[in-house]
Amino acid sequence: MTLRLQPSPRAVALALLAAMSVSPSLAVGAAPNLADAAGNYGITSASRIHFTVAQAGGGGIAGDFGKFSGSFRIDRNDVDHSTVEFTLYPESVKTGGKRTEDFLKSSAVFDTANYSTVTFRSTNVKQTGPATAAVEGTLTARGTSRKERFSVTLLDWNRGSIAFNIRGNIHRSPYGMDVGTPIYSNVVEFDMNIKGQRR
Amino acid sequence: MLRNDKAGFGWVTIILHWTIAAIILALLALGFIMRRVPIDPVLQFSLYQWHKSLGFTALGLAVVRALWHVVELHPKPPEGLSPLEQSAGSVTHIVLMGLALAVPLAGWAVASTSTLNIPSFYFNWVVIPHLPMAKSAPAENLWTLVHMTLAYLLLAFVTLHVLAALYHHFARRDDVLVRMLPTGSRRHKRSQTAGANPVIAGRKKP
Repeated sequence: MTLRLQPSPRAVALALLAAMSVSPSLAVGAAPNLADAAGNYGITSASRIHFTVAQAGGGGIAGDFGKFSGSFRIDRNDVDHSTVEFTLYPESVKTGGKRTEDFLKSSAVFDTANYSTVTFRSTNVKQTGPATAAVEGTLTARGTSRKERFSVTLLDWNRGSIAFNIRGNIHRSPYGMDVGTPIYSNVVEFDMNIKGQRR
Repeated sequence: MLRNDKAGFGWVTIILHWTIAAIILALLALGFIMRRVPIDPVLQFSLYQWHKSLGFTALGLAVVRALWHVVELHPKPPEGLSPLEQSAGSVTHIVLMGLALAVPLAGWAVASTSTLNIPSFYFNWVVIPHLPMAKSAPAENLWTLVHMTLAYLLLAFVTLHVLAALYHHFARRDDVLVRMLPTGSRRHKRSQTAGANPVIAGRKKP
């Protein structure tokens, strides 16, 4: 009888698999926690790099970058020791209008003929809540490197993948991209949904 | 003398005339450079915005000029002009004033129908709304063609107008050009007090 009550090793394994296939946040009913998601991740193409630039009188330009790559590591012992590196290819900018895209790629803005990438390397990560962090790092565009800051919110994770929302406001004039101001805002608002695959 | 009278133009007409003339010439030059000359895209964007701000200025002044033409006295045409020459002059002036309204209106239509939807931020000061027109590439192309054609037509009439003024001044030796000059206003004032214009009288052919 006692033997019968003891779950078989196979049943334990199935139960564990079932528990892990749903996100821990759902499983335990709490907000996702950065420390629990520690590991090395590669940024996948399912991510969305969305930006908007407001214009005088309302509205503005909105777009996405289709091509990018990057990786990040959430430190197991101290989230503040985490790192991220990210590269995007401005040639892949999409705004829904060819003329706007060509203008953004031209020497007026990204100058993709001479500068094919925009890169970000974190220099300082500070956890600001169980699921949030402020990431400071060096943004390099058009040959200019500056310190910029993004706020990161962990949305979801499971044993294989992870999802963040990352927001940051970048002033474009220091990078020599001030064309169109003040009709178009100097501030580019990034709203990115980053998906990572555990390595 | 702000107002016109039968003898000549007042300051309001003279200032409107030369301000609009300068702006129209600047707009024609800007339009040509920003569309037809290969230039840096940053400069091109900037020239477009200057063109739009100046264009709205031209439109506003052209409205005032046209209203002024309607309500104000017109000086007498110089003596010795045939009825055909007189009506040619009047028609040219009305066409010039009409085109000075139509060209910027068509330009406004270009900005309003453009799929780029770039706001018209008047001298970076106030946003002038787009006309209530649907944005589409065909509409933008059509209005661009209209704007350009009317602009070249305006250039043709400006040339005709200038040549006619020079013809009056050098060939006919009358006061048609001089009375539109700032000095013309002073002579006009003097002529009113003296009851005759000695400068012009002296220029008349024997």
